[in-house]
Amino acid sequence: MRPELTLPTGQASSPTDRRLNALLRHLSSSSSSAMDTNNSISPSPTSAFQHDSVFSHVVQAPEDPILGVTVAYNKDPSPVKLNLGVGAYRTEEGKPLVLNVVRKAEQQLVNDRARVKEYLPIIGLAEFNKLSAKLIFGADSPAIQENRITTVQCLSGTGSLRVGAEFLAKHYHQRTIYIPLPTWGNHPKVFTLAGLSVKTYRYYDPATRGLNFQGLLEDLGSAPAGAIVLLHACAHNPTGVDPTLQQWEQIRQLMRSKKLLPFFDSAYQGFASGSLDADAQSVRMFVADGGECLAAQSYAKNMGLYGERVGALSIVCKTADVAGKVESQLKLVIRPMYSNPPIHGASIVAAILRDRNLYSEWTIELKAMADRIISMRHQLYDALRARGTPGDWSHIIKQIGMFTFTGLNSKQVTFMTKEYHIYMTSDGRISMAGLSSKTVPHLADAIHAAVTRVV
Amino acid sequence: MRRFFTSTARRRCSTKNIAWWDHVLPAPKDPIFCVTEAFHADSSPNKINLGVGAYRDDEGRPVVLQCVREAEARIAGSRFLESNSAAVSSKMVEESVKLVFGQDSDVVNEGRFAGVQALSGTGACRLFAEFQRRFHPESRIYLPDPTWSNHHNIWRDAQVPAKNYHYYHPDSKGLNFSALIDDIKNAPDGSFFLLHPCAHNPTGVDPTEDQWKEISYQCKVKNHFPFFDMAYQGFASGDLEKDAQAIRIFLEDGHLIGCAQSFAKNMGLYEHRVGCLSILCNDSKQGAAVRSQLQQIASAMYGSPPVHGVLLVSTILSNPDMKSLWIEEVKMMLYRIQKMRTTLQESLENLDSPLNWENITKQVGLFFFSGLTPNQVEQLAREFHIYMTRDGRISMSGVTTGNVNYLANAIHEVTRSSKEETKILCNIGA
Repeated sequence: MRPELTLPTGQASSPTDRRLNALLRHLSSSSSSAMDTNNSISPSPTSAFQHDSVFSHVVQAPEDPILGVTVAYNKDPSPVKLNLGVGAYRTEEGKPLVLNVVRKAEQQLVNDRARVKEYLPIIGLAEFNKLSAKLIFGADSPAIQENRITTVQCLSGTGSLRVGAEFLAKHYHQRTIYIPLPTWGNHPKVFTLAGLSVKTYRYYDPATRGLNFQGLLEDLGSAPAGAIVLLHACAHNPTGVDPTLQQWEQIRQLMRSKKLLPFFDSAYQGFASGSLDADAQSVRMFVADGGECLAAQSYAKNMGLYGERVGALSIVCKTADVAGKVESQLKLVIRPMYSNPPIHGASIVAAILRDRNLYSEWTIELKAMADRIISMRHQLYDALRARGTPGDWSHIIKQIGMFTFTGLNSKQVTFMTKEYHIYMTSDGRISMAGLSSKTVPHLADAIHAAVTRVV
Repeated sequence: MRRFFTSTARRRCSTKNIAWWDHVLPAPKDPIFCVTEAFHADSSPNKINLGVGAYRDDEGRPVVLQCVREAEARIAGSRFLESNSAAVSSKMVEESVKLVFGQDSDVVNEGRFAGVQALSGTGACRLFAEFQRRFHPESRIYLPDPTWSNHHNIWRDAQVPAKNYHYYHPDSKGLNFSALIDDIKNAPDGSFFLLHPCAHNPTGVDPTEDQWKEISYQCKVKNHFPFFDMAYQGFASGDLEKDAQAIRIFLEDGHLIGCAQSFAKNMGLYEHRVGCLSILCNDSKQGAAVRSQLQQIASAMYGSPPVHGVLLVSTILSNPDMKSLWIEEVKMMLYRIQKMRTTLQESLENLDSPLNWENITKQVGLFFFSGLTPNQVEQLAREFHIYMTRDGRISMSGVTTGNVNYLANAIHEVTRSSKEETKILCNIGA
């Protein structure tokens, strides 16, 4: 019989006292354990006081391959090391960039004593949502005017994809999503954990270092009716290979005829060509035909707001009524995930998008970033030509966006890391944003050496 | 672009477009947020919002703490906005867990835990629920009856089944301690129990120190996993250390607990979504393994938490002056809440209410679990423009010296014909 709990009142026992008391109870309870039919474990009096963690079996997770590149880079003491891993913009001086408009907007926020200080609604900052929809779909989009788009603030592109995917897993009749081969490393995990099953469609052609358009059409053509298809709106990650407008039109017709559901991932609007509108053409094309689609937007790159996790998910529906119901169900996905989204980044974005001057300044800064990247492409291409590096390197200037899919194999990549301290992902992807005029020659030397010495 | 398709092509395309979402039903409104919605839709000058548990000052306005303003000024525009530097993250996590485990905690000093920032309390609970599902796929979560309505949603969406354990005793309006202990004993060994370490939401009823010790002991006997949802540290007694007492008791008894922390209420950082999830482990190596898995789960959900809130918390907790200021401000917030409790109780007693209102000052935290029935709640909204959740939970932060008399009169009106046995609607949103 376990003794009644009789600690003296008003007296805080010391930790040692309590441990001893607990141990005593341990001992007396083990003798009565036979009476307790539910207690199949009798704690041994001699066992360690602290029992084993219920998570002892948890193993160390493999490192994210992209972030792992930065980890390795940080460890390298070489003065000529180059980080071409993560897709984060860097200046000519190799520094991260806070856009001037962002600084201005943030200062405005600090000085504005009247702004919202409590929870945002579940779907986030209303003004941000409206402005985000306009940004991607176009201010004159009939779908916006007809109120048949629901837009909800989410945590950057990742969060938008996850919320969209969980909504689909709950409410859509087809649970398979087709993703391009290759695609951003995190896509499969996001969709799988949301409850979708993932299949691939052919996309990149290593022979041409361009689009495998035939393969793409065949694979989408043989997908089951209603399947979800992930499309990179522009600046495909990791390949930089985008369909032409004509090819987009063919894709659109095929998808509509097979009733495939488009899910756009727009992470680089403005970064591909330097024009926000041009980079949204693929999405607008699909919306213009009156059909439905999903679109995930990220402000990580084009506003440099990586750490603030700002993004939006839009679902374009057939009618305003349906959009309203869909929105209500999106709330049920979000509430058990994080209740409501963080305010800071969205406030900055809204401040910039709503103000004509700030918006204009932003487009200029954005174009400058895109132009610098294009300039790096040309410089690298010229440097390889100058060295007479074997092979056709024109894909460097043909590919679009932050990344170049060099075509280098993993052995060559390892060689470049070891001998030249160049850090990049093993699939041969380099982030052009990590280059500067000063470092292009070093990279060109490394590629030249890799191509001529390592097969 | 328009030249790429003719109007006939468009017609062809749109007739072929089926509407994917026609079968989607409108979702039920969130029981807590819809109170605020209804409040906003009301144009009466007398309206009172007693729904969401967010602190307000005596003018009914939301408050930005002084320590937060100072932190904002310090960090504005002065850093690049890329994802958290490792140093800031681990500093924030370390300072956060010290709040619950103790400044001199061995566990913290020896790194025997896994800690990650999370999207406030909701995000921390969801991360844990997903982690629990992944590594104990057969397990379920025991939730107190009643509990915050979103707890059920969180574990459901993580696909971990939930079961209730007895907590609130509607007759005594206190803790149903013996039934609680029975439920702990009767649960299969190694069950996962969610506990509110202080200022239980929605009831405001907390176990005593002795009762916590007994709960800890019984959990130890059964090898249960205790998971604490610490959303109101500082709001129970005003003393951050005292409010962590339950957790310290469990630590001393050798439990390897999990803990979700929120800085929404006690730092007023609601809209920034800042919190922390920690899981105690046998050693630092296991801590690193567990943390790596938690980060994987987070990266497939939202990547990483927003850096702004993390910087604010890290700045405040790492600077002794700012931290002292914060501790004082928490006390001041609680002082106002307690004053409103006292005033409301006195007002009702002065109106010769037939009911016993001592629970107003006996309960702790932001909420008063009033015992009002759904009909009475509805009547308060309809006739008096007073809004609260259907279970009769009143957020005391919505009470001010300006409206407390009006509130007391209204409550008196709807209850003057009541008898003592008012039924409680428990566990809404389940």
